Amino acid sequence: MNIRKLRTAATAVAAGALALTLAACGSAGPGGAAVSADSATMWGLTGGNQPVLQKSVDAWNSAHAGESIKLDFFANDAYKTKVRTAVGAGQGPTFIYGWGGGVLKSYVDAGQVEDLTSFLSQNPDVKDRYLPSVLQNGQVNGKQYAIPNNNAQPVVLYFNKDLFAKIGAQPPTTWDELMALVPKFKAAGIAPFALGGQSKWPDLMWLEYLVDRIGGPQAFADIAANKPSAWSNPAVAEALTKIQQLVDAGGFVNGFSSIAADSNADQALLYTGKAAMILQGGWIYQGMKTNAADAIKGGKIGWTTFPAVAGGKGDPAGIVGNPSNFWSVSSKGTEAQKKAALDYVKSGMFTDADTQTLIDSGAVPVVKGIEGKLAASPDKDFLTFVYGMVKNAPSFTLSWDQALSPAQGDAMLANLDQIFLKKITPEQFVSTMNATIGK
Amino acid sequence: MAFTSTASRRARESGPSGWLAAPALVFFLVFAVIPLAGVVALSFTKWDGLSEITFDGVASWARTLTDPVTANALWVTAKIMVFSYVVQTPISLLLGVFTAGGQRYRAVLAVLYFLPLLLSSAAIAIAYKALLDPNFGMGAGLGLPALAQDWLGNSDLVLFVVVFVIAWQFVPFHTLIYQGGVRQIPGSLYEAAQIDGAGRLQQFFAITLPQLKYTIITSSTLMAVGSLAYFDLIFVLTGGGPGYSTRLLPLHMYLTGFKANDMGAASALGVILVVVGLALALILQRLGGTNRKASQLEGA
Repeated sequence: MNIRKLRTAATAVAAGALALTLAACGSAGPGGAAVSADSATMWGLTGGNQPVLQKSVDAWNSAHAGESIKLDFFANDAYKTKVRTAVGAGQGPTFIYGWGGGVLKSYVDAGQVEDLTSFLSQNPDVKDRYLPSVLQNGQVNGKQYAIPNNNAQPVVLYFNKDLFAKIGAQPPTTWDELMALVPKFKAAGIAPFALGGQSKWPDLMWLEYLVDRIGGPQAFADIAANKPSAWSNPAVAEALTKIQQLVDAGGFVNGFSSIAADSNADQALLYTGKAAMILQGGWIYQGMKTNAADAIKGGKIGWTTFPAVAGGKGDPAGIVGNPSNFWSVSSKGTEAQKKAALDYVKSGMFTDADTQTLIDSGAVPVVKGIEGKLAASPDKDFLTFVYGMVKNAPSFTLSWDQALSPAQGDAMLANLDQIFLKKITPEQFVSTMNATIGK
Repeated sequence: MAFTSTASRRARESGPSGWLAAPALVFFLVFAVIPLAGVVALSFTKWDGLSEITFDGVASWARTLTDPVTANALWVTAKIMVFSYVVQTPISLLLGVFTAGGQRYRAVLAVLYFLPLLLSSAAIAIAYKALLDPNFGMGAGLGLPALAQDWLGNSDLVLFVVVFVIAWQFVPFHTLIYQGGVRQIPGSLYEAAQIDGAGRLQQFFAITLPQLKYTIITSSTLMAVGSLAYFDLIFVLTGGGPGYSTRLLPLHMYLTGFKANDMGAASALGVILVVVGLALALILQRLGGTNRKASQLEGA
């Protein structure tokens, strides 16, 4: 009896010890450096930049045992919900990943992120690292609250060269050409455009570009500045009408409203030859480089700018998208965590190795003086295209759902979804959205 | 016989100590009553989840109750509840009766029926999402154009797809309940019926169904109240879309709170959800009749 009890106890202790060892292994991370409870924490996004960030943090951790960073990844849509809730509950990470704009402003207003203005003036080499137009997107009320952390992400019109060759057509340069292509592709049994409609934000890229082409960048600047009735700008209604015309013409792939962009199902339609074109962010090139290496290497995927709209005020070189992603530093972290975070920003991020990894992944880092590196990359066609696009753009409008306050952004995505489904008219959209101004 | 019944009556009179319920009561207080009071309080405030909470009177309630999306969410919830009930009850009842039999092949089949019960809602939703994809799903994979419908993107179709997936997930659970209920029915009732010359169908309607009265009420309560909580499956499968066509009340509450960051309105929706759930449970218990303590078993 006693012996049996003893044996049971010994087994339990052994099992417990084993569990502890396993847990310790788990938290040490692939970098091998010990991550303590007081380590700075960092939440990144899954997708093309995940391996780049992982590599950068691993390198940092193995060289800075005392200032290690614990890194976790989340899918885009899930992250946006989780981080805000966590920050509101005081459980947010030390490094808050973001896009700038109205969402950043809501953190600033709530006193959740550190003012990095003095950090930048004390570290001029950090400040000089960036393209100024990109750095500016991390500012709120003239102060720097967020620092660019990866690549320029303009929205690009990708196309499948094989499918264009099949019907003997050229990529569209004007909206009329785009509309004329739709029946041709449909007749050939090919969906003209892929779209991840269930995620809602891919819908937004169409509205952003059309309003920019028709009304110029000022149309959205007024909306972002909360000017009364700013949504009533005729460019908005016209853009929405054009979207519904494209839906009516069958421009989007069958079942677009059930396709989620987080699973990359939308880009898969393009490279598997089921859809001829897709309007998506520059980041899907990184995804396709991994998921469809043959199509990318074989030069089957082409890219161009969004077509011009006849009679529109906007410059066809204007772009929309994300100038970059950003790191903000949580003001709720401990002093040690904040110091580790700033040290990483100063000397762990955009090291030569980092920048090169980013370029190798098929992305354009938002730092100065990389033309040579871009030209030496096997992806130089795409990279120089994106770099030139960003450098020569007369305007770069931040993705609207990030530029607006979260409440406005959510209402906009919900109503835009209704536009694509043809459940509401452009006029209803405009009046609903006007009511959200200032919220 | 007389002895045992006196003994049990005496036990009931003195009863086990009320203190035995204390841990459960503490848990109920901490995890149900206090949060509920918190939600009621929050519904009268304005809070975006980040900044200070400010008192806002009945503004959130006014906004929630006049919002057509709330009315739509209630309507979607009601539709899903009714359709799921109508689909699941007969299937689980029949499967439960069938698997209650003793033959070995029934035991084997029962194991297969219960498999979906082992999977998490998220896993089920992801699997179905892949199967139902119009471009890469089973329609394209099997080369059957009839299956290549826009199952989750068609606002008229999607509700029925959701009801189907919910049934696939929950029928095993209710089958299990009915199986247990059927096994409680004394075999002598059937023997007597057979002697009287009743056929299988007659036995089912005259004995099985009436004897399962309370099992049906239990299963119905779980089904109806549970359908107020179909959240994870639908969130992953359709995200409430396309448009608002599968945005049922709990999902609407979540999206209002954590996507639109309107905690006041989300709390109001939470209170509505509690009220609807309580009302449903009460109605179903009432339907059970007043003589709830009457035994359904033989000789009582």
